[in-house]
Amino acid sequence: MRLQISTRLAIFAVLELTAREGRQVSVAEIGEKYGVSSYHLAKVMHVMGRAGLVRSVRGAGGGYQFAGNARRTTLLDVTQLFEDLNSVEQDAAAADATPEDQALREVLNEIDDIARATLGSITIATMRKLVNRRGSGGGGDSKAVSPGRRNQPRL
Amino acid sequence: MNSLAMDTKAQATTTDTAVRVRRVQAADIPHVIGLDTRVTRLAKTEYWNDVFRRYGKQRLHERFFLVAESRGDRADAHVLGFIIGEIRAWEFGSTPCGWVFALSVEPEMRLHSIGNALLEAISLKFKKAGVSKMRTRVARDARRPLLFFRSEGMMAGPYIQLEKDLD
Repeated sequence: MRLQISTRLAIFAVLELTAREGRQVSVAEIGEKYGVSSYHLAKVMHVMGRAGLVRSVRGAGGGYQFAGNARRTTLLDVTQLFEDLNSVEQDAAAADATPEDQALREVLNEIDDIARATLGSITIATMRKLVNRRGSGGGGDSKAVSPGRRNQPRL
Repeated sequence: MNSLAMDTKAQATTTDTAVRVRRVQAADIPHVIGLDTRVTRLAKTEYWNDVFRRYGKQRLHERFFLVAESRGDRADAHVLGFIIGEIRAWEFGSTPCGWVFALSVEPEMRLHSIGNALLEAISLKFKKAGVSKMRTRVARDARRPLLFFRSEGMMAGPYIQLEKDLD
């Protein structure tokens, strides 16, 4: 499964914010770690802000904080802000679909169902455990925890 | 974090959440049936009696039917949850693994680490029995157990469950 760059950035940003609970993290800090422009990241944060997942804190030392519950918010909650995960299912209802088309869509729906179930079963807190198990310790000092920008998405 | 300590003398596991985990006994089965009925809204007395016969009495070196009970006086202790699993081997080429096929916690006692204690206890049993992999199966739309098993570090395995309607 391929995720759009915005989706990946949103997930990385949430992981950064939850790793630094209690303090604000600037878009520039996150952008530097993942090698993306602040402009692109700001747009992603804006979408998540509207969804209530993050909140911005203005002023000196300002930045973003995670506003959700890391043990309740899942990857699906973040992903579906940027991806249309229901497109195939909706298309399958088309009345003019051939049997071949319907059969193919049934298979693709199965794939989508599994993808949604997987994303919906992994909370941000669980993702943090996975990150920590892989030893990146993401979210701390970016230079210390991410040599060579291991987490950098392919942009 | 769930702190567990094995009480080898009593062959039970205790947690700091005031529960102890031990093997099931015959006297627990009515409580297990009651808990399962409250959770699933379907009484399955015959099924649970059969499960107890097979998993609570036979081949105990590879079958584990564990219950979590409140600590304190044994007379006051009651079942707060249970977990059942066994060592399965060579199903479609699978090397021996620990298979968990039932886990339930009293609804009002959830979020008190009882499920964690049960899963950790059966993990220890599996490890002691010589397997290094634990598996389970959860419905895709069963959000709570999925979130729980995921939070315990379980990931999708190499097997895909398939089914068909039998006409």
